[in-house]
Amino acid sequence: MKLLLVAEYRDGALLGNMADLLGFAEKVGGNHTMFLVGNNSKLPQYGGKLYLADSVKHGEYNPAVHKQLLLEVIGKENPDMVVFCHSSYGWDLAPRVAWALKAAQVSEVVDYVGTNLVVPVCNAKMRRDVQVTTAVTVTTLQAGAFGLSELPAGTPDVEIVDMDTQGQIEFLGYEEAAAGGVDLSKAEVIVSAGRGIGKPGNLEMISSLAKALGGEYGASRPVVDSEWAEHTRQVGTTGQTVSPKVYVACGISGAIQHLAGMKKSEFVVAVNTDKEAPIGDIADVLVVADLTQFVPMLTEKITAL
Amino acid sequence: MNILVCIKQVPDMESKFKVDGGGKWYDTTDLAWRMNEYDEYAVEQAVQLKEQVKDADITVLCIGADKVKETMKKALAMGCDRGAHIADDEVSSKEPCEIAGIITEYAKGKHFEIVFTGMQSQDRGSGQVGVLVAEMLSLPAVTTVVDFSYDSGKIEVKRELEGGVKAKVAVTTPVVVTCQLGLNTPRYPTLPNIMKAKKKELLTIPTADLLKVDARQQTAKMYFPEKKGGGMVLEGEPADLVDKLIQVLKEKTSVLA
Ligand SMILES: Cc1cc2nc3c(=O)[nH]c(=O)nc-3n(C[C@H](O)[C@H](O)[C@H](O)COP(=O)(O)OP(=O)(O)OC[C@H]3O[C@@H](n4cnc5c(N)ncnc54)[C@H](O)[C@@H]3O)c2cc1C
Ligand SMILES: Nc1ncnc2c1ncn2[C@@H]1O[C@H](COP(=O)(O)O)[C@@H](O)[C@H]1O
Repeated sequence: MKLLLVAEYRDGALLGNMADLLGFAEKVGGNHTMFLVGNNSKLPQYGGKLYLADSVKHGEYNPAVHKQLLLEVIGKENPDMVVFCHSSYGWDLAPRVAWALKAAQVSEVVDYVGTNLVVPVCNAKMRRDVQVTTAVTVTTLQAGAFGLSELPAGTPDVEIVDMDTQGQIEFLGYEEAAAGGVDLSKAEVIVSAGRGIGKPGNLEMISSLAKALGGEYGASRPVVDSEWAEHTRQVGTTGQTVSPKVYVACGISGAIQHLAGMKKSEFVVAVNTDKEAPIGDIADVLVVADLTQFVPMLTEKITAL
Repeated sequence: MNILVCIKQVPDMESKFKVDGGGKWYDTTDLAWRMNEYDEYAVEQAVQLKEQVKDADITVLCIGADKVKETMKKALAMGCDRGAHIADDEVSSKEPCEIAGIITEYAKGKHFEIVFTGMQSQDRGSGQVGVLVAEMLSLPAVTTVVDFSYDSGKIEVKRELEGGVKAKVAVTTPVVVTCQLGLNTPRYPTLPNIMKAKKKELLTIPTADLLKVDARQQTAKMYFPEKKGGGMVLEGEPADLVDKLIQVLKEKTSVLA
């Protein structure tokens, strides 16, 4: 099996997904090379061959440009599998490359068993083993699914890729996340509200519990998208990453993007009416209850302690 | 301006799922169905665009069994003008290439200036269909869009990247846009609009007429993952649960010390 691993670089920095790419390569076995549109001054820690295209010349991510560069390398390497991370870069670029290669794409792979790629279904409640029937496979890996705890030492053997490319999309600039507001990373206890709170008025009971426990309140994305809580309180891939002593997830199903932001918490309590909610997989305690009943009672008891 | 919105009908994710008899998909009986969450943002954006440019015609397309028409009616009540129902009882066994192929075949020659899709479907969640449609139609695609504006043949959008960073990009239409959560606030259909929607065109086309792409992958098996770790599950009367949880917090953490 010959793999081509696609690393990521943005705005002058390598993005931290090497551990997943290399972890997957190790699991699958076989040889691998790597592709990156990046910069010679910031090479990834990788002991193999690296095809490098210059991000200064080719600009920030432009799908058609990166597709052309990657196809050029694929033409030279003839990999059996082209491996991306399931990230804003990977899920944008992978289908374009797959279509050009007449390859099947399997997205958000969490495991590799036999020759099957395993993917989650329905918010990770179920799993599906997928068999590919094309010569080449394109995959995107779920963040953290294969991560090596430590990257092997190494310096890449660089081969520059260069060609004239053209894109249709005009890049206008980055917008950084809004700064200020609460710093959840300092809180020892975080009580988070999910869509299960039902209505904005119920946020009050979440913040009261947080206060009773001497902590802060956080939120899942839908609560922030509905403007019931400010963005600085969002926990997850597109919000904050937290690791408090205790994290209480109220009415949160446990989508992978939420888990990514809180799974390093020391102790996780989940309050959910759905006993099968995926949050139960990582919770130390799952309380199967209606939060609108349970949370105020809990706050009252704790306050009275 | 012709606009196409692709929507999928998915089960409520809080449902109690079972694997079906064939062992390759979930059992679709006894489930509550709704519009894929991401697609609600796609429909809303299309309707807002029509409100802006006035002269527009929005087609909502959905591939699936007869029951998807219920979900399509919601899109019509939100403001889409007509529906194209691609009748397919076997939609769950179709892979993203086939779904995209069907949409492409339908869209060909209809001069859609903007095609809106969700960034992913909640059940299958491949996140491929929108981009594949663009590749098949040789159109540019912008994905994971959280902010959208249109001005005379050009769109400017914000793409959501990781950690709250966004990339601002512009592109000339025709274009495919895949919508991310929070792009807008999807409206609730009003009663008069629900009544009006009943009179809107909802054409049914057999999937066989449009399916020209071969499958490139198949499901070998569908199953429930083994439960990891031995997390404690507390069930019962809320008052008892409160006492039990306080007990656990005292024993296992320092927050109530
Ligand atoms: C690229 C990308 C980035 C994302 N980034 C983030 C992110 O940073 N953070 C994030 O949180 N999400 C993120 N998401 C969204 C994520 O996929 C989920 O959609 C989201 O986390 C779901 O939020 P939720 O659990 O609050 O809502 P739901 O999934 O709707 O779950 C609600 C839960 O509440 C329970 N419930 C309902 N009523 C009650 C009640 N009365 N009492 C108790 N429980 C109840 C239900 O059983 C259910 O489990 C991202 C998605 C994408 C695609
Ligand atoms: N059966 C379907 N009918 C119409 N559109 C679909 C269908 N399946 C997926 N789509 C569209 O493609 C998007 C991405 O889906 P997916 O690639 O399955 O994650 C969805 O948000 C929909 O807009």
